[in-house]
Amino acid sequence: MSMKNSVEVKNISFSYGKTEILNDLSLDIKEGEFMVLLGPSGCGKTTLLNCIAGLLDLTEGQIWIEDDNVTWKEPKDRHIGMVFQSYALYPSMTVEKNLSFGLRMMGTAKKIIDDKIEKAANLLQINELLKRKPSQLSGGQRQRVAIGRALVRDAKVFLFDEPLSNLDAKLRAELRYEIKKLHRDLSNTMIYVTHDQIEAMTLADRISVMKDGLIQQLDTPKQIYNKPANLFVAGFIGSPSMNFLNAKFDKTNQNLIIGKRHINISKYENINNLTDDQQVVFGIRPENIIIDKNENSILSKVELVEPMGADTLVWTSIEGTPISIRLEGSSNYNLNDEINISFDINRSSIFDSKSEERI
Amino acid sequence: MNINSNNFQPNGPRPKHLTIGRIGMYCFVFMCALFFLMPLYVMIVTSLKDMDEIRSGNLLYIPKVLSFYAWPKAWSEACTGFVCEGLKPGLINSIKITVPSVIVSVSLGAINGYALAFWRFKGAYFFFGLCLFGAFIPYQVMVYPLLKIESAIGIYSSLPGIILVHTIFGMPILTLIFRNFYASLPIDLFKAARIDGGNFIKIFFYVIIPMSTPITIVAVILQVTGIWNDFLLGLVFAGRDNQPMTVQLNNIVQVDYGVAEYNVDMAATILTSLVPLFVYFISGRWFVRGIAAGAIKG
Repeated sequence: MSMKNSVEVKNISFSYGKTEILNDLSLDIKEGEFMVLLGPSGCGKTTLLNCIAGLLDLTEGQIWIEDDNVTWKEPKDRHIGMVFQSYALYPSMTVEKNLSFGLRMMGTAKKIIDDKIEKAANLLQINELLKRKPSQLSGGQRQRVAIGRALVRDAKVFLFDEPLSNLDAKLRAELRYEIKKLHRDLSNTMIYVTHDQIEAMTLADRISVMKDGLIQQLDTPKQIYNKPANLFVAGFIGSPSMNFLNAKFDKTNQNLIIGKRHINISKYENINNLTDDQQVVFGIRPENIIIDKNENSILSKVELVEPMGADTLVWTSIEGTPISIRLEGSSNYNLNDEINISFDINRSSIFDSKSEERI
Repeated sequence: MNINSNNFQPNGPRPKHLTIGRIGMYCFVFMCALFFLMPLYVMIVTSLKDMDEIRSGNLLYIPKVLSFYAWPKAWSEACTGFVCEGLKPGLINSIKITVPSVIVSVSLGAINGYALAFWRFKGAYFFFGLCLFGAFIPYQVMVYPLLKIESAIGIYSSLPGIILVHTIFGMPILTLIFRNFYASLPIDLFKAARIDGGNFIKIFFYVIIPMSTPITIVAVILQVTGIWNDFLLGLVFAGRDNQPMTVQLNNIVQVDYGVAEYNVDMAATILTSLVPLFVYFISGRWFVRGIAAGAIKG
């Protein structure tokens, strides 16, 4: 990955009539980077992708692709390939014609087209399917063809609009793996829209988590998972999701006070940023809770057990707030067992109650 | 196994019973069919009777003596006004009017619908609303202004004149049905085609038209029957040389002198309605499918 930017989104705004969807959004995507736009539905991620593709006209701002201001250019002149959730294969054409459509529209020579199709078909293992119509293909095959269509166009930037959402879980994992491999082998810039955090975590070099048309956090998957910038990101990323406890900070003892309980957080990295009596939300991921008796542990009861194969999720509660704990699949707890739980403070996140920002 | 035994459990397909409701429904359907077929039956038997038998007044009886005299007369000898060449010239005129009118109006309707569904320009909804409104304005209101316009540009009372009129009157409904059909197609297809380098024309020809078969058949059937059966516009705009079959049929039936030959009238009427009937029989299946395709997704 070079330091050069492949796609630059500069202060763009977009609205449908009076509804503002994107407002003054900027985003730089490096050459060869796999950027995932992640967010709940209605957050503007697909709109942003369509703006980059040139399928929607901006209300304000600029889009640059490969050092070229493409803001007013047609989609076909932006050196992009796009893969859609609904595959969007031309139903009346065979797979071969689908793949070659873009090249034929550009008036490419037959020989070059054939070469490119062969290369793409080999890469995606769809050689057998070239003579078939889209209606004769399974969902996974259709999505392969759709990817192939972007491939043959020698696109500099690949845009994926929730490409795996229509597939079943097994195929989704399979194609996810292949998209990752494709990126490794081609090292094109890829922009990938999804609401599935597993896809985002596994594929991305960087994730931009979006909500209400704003980028909440833009960082590597690791950072986003371990150091979420705010409450929304913390709650959105991770399944089962992070546990949240409302608390008050006691500066003298360096404790968080949760009802009658006290948790010592002297090990928290940014403890100096906390003020006395500050209202905070204490966030801890299920896997960072330890069942272990020590001077800091809290006694509680097992309320529910969810075995998930590799892991087991044990539910308990602290001061009425349900808390999930992720344990090894082999661990054996039963309903109403008494457990001593303590928190790995190094890996916890503390948010200000008002601003919801991480401290 | 004995049905009445206590250990009988429902198993496999549910047994079918002929219920009262079902019998009632069959009766109703049968009566409907009879009701709609009766006029056709009367027309066919009357056209095969001679005048004496018709005058004796037994409308529903089958002919005692088969007489085919009326058919060739209606086809090539019956008098339509001053000339007595039967319906034959009318058939040719009707074809000359219908074929180009259908082709032009359906093509334009498809392009309009495509533009409205995919290239949403500013004011597209307003334009679509206007189109919808146009579909409900009665012809008669526009006959006179159109006539003045056509005579001003010098195509009144000519073949191009009547073709233009049919194209104009077909436009609202055709735009409407094409637009609704295209609106039901996934928008991603259109986006993909734009990225693949299609422009307005290329996308229409390479991507949209190949998917339009069902709705095109619906549109063609609507237009063929509509234009073929048209009387008023043909009478006003086609001119004496291009009078369609319907106008000539009227002239045959509405005799001011001599005897009304009911058998010839019936034969002429059946001849006139053969084309729409034929179109419907060969493509009825497609018609239902096309309408349903739009209805389910739209």
